[in-house]
Amino acid sequence: MEHMGIEPGRLQFSWISSAESTKFVDVVTQVTAAIKALGPNSAFTKKLAEVA
Amino acid sequence: MQSTADKIREIAGRLLQSGAVDMVIGFRKGTVPMMNEPHVAKTPAEVARLVWDSHCGINLANYLTDRKEKIGIVAKGCDSRNIVTHVIENKIKREQLVVIGVPCRGMADKRKIAMKCPGEITEVVETETELTATGNGFSQTFSKKDVLQHNCTLCVHRNPVIHDELAGDPVPEQTGVDRYADVRAVEAMTPEQRWKYFEDLIAPCVRCYACRNACPLCYCPTCFVDESRPQWVGKGQEPSDVRTFHFLRAYHCAGRCTDCGACERACPVGINMRMFTKKLEKDCLDLFGWEAGLTLDVRPPLDVYRPGDPNDFIK
Repeated sequence: MEHMGIEPGRLQFSWISSAESTKFVDVVTQVTAAIKALGPNSAFTKKLAEVA
Repeated sequence: MQSTADKIREIAGRLLQSGAVDMVIGFRKGTVPMMNEPHVAKTPAEVARLVWDSHCGINLANYLTDRKEKIGIVAKGCDSRNIVTHVIENKIKREQLVVIGVPCRGMADKRKIAMKCPGEITEVVETETELTATGNGFSQTFSKKDVLQHNCTLCVHRNPVIHDELAGDPVPEQTGVDRYADVRAVEAMTPEQRWKYFEDLIAPCVRCYACRNACPLCYCPTCFVDESRPQWVGKGQEPSDVRTFHFLRAYHCAGRCTDCGACERACPVGINMRMFTKKLEKDCLDLFGWEAGLTLDVRPPLDVYRPGDPNDFIK
């Protein structure tokens, strides 16, 4: 996806066992912070048709 | 060329006569120059229409999906790799097939020829090394190697990887080919440039799905773009929908694409959508040492787990 022009870091993968609750919290916190830093996604957004 | 065609007809006639196969899938002359069509010969009489020249770029593996008959099939290097992929994916049984291998020197790109001619081409005649295109008031001769399809110039598997019959002598494989120069050029760009590059690449797309229909990998009974419950992707010309289609189609081909060029050849507006699949092909080679369709004995990398699989992208 990054090859096709999505910002690096927008798409992330993680493997978390159902027993790893603390890892889950950590990953969610990190990902949320990283994505907020990137700002709103401008790719793959649709604009409503502009009508006069 | 002519001798190859004769040999194909001889083999096809023999197979049909003996009842070894129910049909032979090959090529016949199209109604316009440089556009050969698939031809299914079911009787020895229909064999006469089989041809072989530099315009047999369609990938015939596409016509094997879920067939129940015994089939003889004419196969270039790329076709044979897609036949292997079909067998691996249980779309046809190897026992049903008699593969008539044709060592291939590359197929002509009809757009390259048409662009160099001043008018409409009405006839194309070819010799071993040259193509002569004739039309109203002009006649131009091209060296075959100058007008090959781009993927054919980069091909390193010209000889069929599996075959039961061979309709010509094996040709020397190209060596020292830099297959991924264009992919590396895109990799070197910034994310914004890459986004722009692919935006420009698919800007002319009219969503006709010719690329999908020509592709031997795209055999899903209902393609994700055609589904309406749920509707995965919008059906209009909205850029994000067009891009979603191309992204997803490419991903579905990961580890399976043989770079046969059928998609690009079929595209009515000449989009080089191979730029999507080639990146995945390159990654498969770099990360898994995998080239699709070379052997029936090894499962594809996206199909099996190996302890050494790269997983650095997982946190």
